[in-house]
Amino acid sequence: MYPATFEYFAPTSLAEALSILDRYEGEAKVLAGGQSLIPAMKLRVVAPAALVDINRIEDLDTLAANGGGLRIGALVRHKTCERSTLLAGRYGVLGATAPQVSDPIVRNRGTVCGSIAHADPQGDWGASLLAIGADVVVQGSQGERTIALDDFLQGPFATVLQPGEIVTEVRVPDPGPSAGGTYLKLERKVGDFATAAVAVHVTLDDGVVAKAGIAFTGVGPRNARAVEAEQALAGKEPSDDAIKNAARIAAGEAQPWADHRGSVEYKRNVVRVFTERGLRAAVAGARSGGGGS
Amino acid sequence: MAIEAPVVTRTITVTVNGKARTAEVENRLLLVHFLRETLALTGTHIGCDTTSCGACTVLLDGVPVKSCTAFAVQADGMSIRTVEGLLGDAGLHPIQQGFHEEHGLQCGFCTPGMMLTAVALLEENPDPSDEEIRWAISGNVCRCTGYQNIVKAVHNAAARMREGS
Repeated sequence: MYPATFEYFAPTSLAEALSILDRYEGEAKVLAGGQSLIPAMKLRVVAPAALVDINRIEDLDTLAANGGGLRIGALVRHKTCERSTLLAGRYGVLGATAPQVSDPIVRNRGTVCGSIAHADPQGDWGASLLAIGADVVVQGSQGERTIALDDFLQGPFATVLQPGEIVTEVRVPDPGPSAGGTYLKLERKVGDFATAAVAVHVTLDDGVVAKAGIAFTGVGPRNARAVEAEQALAGKEPSDDAIKNAARIAAGEAQPWADHRGSVEYKRNVVRVFTERGLRAAVAGARSGGGGS
Repeated sequence: MAIEAPVVTRTITVTVNGKARTAEVENRLLLVHFLRETLALTGTHIGCDTTSCGACTVLLDGVPVKSCTAFAVQADGMSIRTVEGLLGDAGLHPIQQGFHEEHGLQCGFCTPGMMLTAVALLEENPDPSDEEIRWAISGNVCRCTGYQNIVKAVHNAAARMREGS
């Protein structure tokens, strides 16, 4: 399959990349890992007039501690996350996500920020970064803005990113000293999209849930939080009953559709089971001083 | 500002199997087509053409990538290793020897990609477990073997490489 023809730029600075994007007034696309964009171009689902390849821009591949939290730069590959010791313990939800994204070869190229910008409702990072409460940093020629991921994602393949902007970073807040999480994904085979997946993050304070983050993959028009289930746990002791109750609420909040991967009832039940298991793992991790995956 | 006449080709230099190759290519030319058509290196196979099967896997600066899901222009200045680059002066590469001895292939279509993924694994991990091998090749689909003999072949190659043969 051959993509439609396009102009290609490989700028070495962000300023240069932004000026090219401005020049093309929405007709150019940013190329990072390309593992979603290139297949879409081959299928001619998209046919940008120009590609701005950001792979030669320095300093975009930072995965590092940032205050109490983390910074994940635009060129941080899934593989880097999979191998990083940073994404364990309190960031267990992220560490558990990385090795479940697509397959090992795709993970060598694909990026976290690219996945977020692509906003596929079947994307894995969207759920785990929602659960942990991440922000998205975007840059345009007019300057920088920071957007809560929950506001950034608008719908299937839709975000608030403007044509001249680039997602330069995802920022993960400090989860607190006693936190844990995990990502549970059901897939028919390696590399398939999720039948359903649930990301869970819990921060405990004195044995009580200070923050619960629960978010879904593949059971709605976008990665979405189970807000009511989160609220049902907040301020409570994470007892067996509280966890089961939250899981039931989460299953009700999911918006699955029937397809070759399963029926609505089946996917909803997977969400319930995964939320329950995920919460148990996250709480156990948080109690042991960070972990869970 | 008006956009000038689009420039849709680019001259690139890529080191393929140790040899610098320069060509003018269309920006939209996929890396796999560059290898197969521009350079006539047809050992890299096109399987699914949709980033699913791993048959077209090559090493880009040592890292396995699906060459149907990268543009040739992205590889400018980089080095690529294809299945043609495995054969050495001393004969078959240990991974090729391993696949031969353990019957790691039937139709052979997935084999180039499978071997390159395995080479990258063994460079990082000279003595992988079954589990580690299966994990590493989980992006490469084989429809003949059931993977059993591929895993054996990688172990066979690992042992050879550790012995330095």
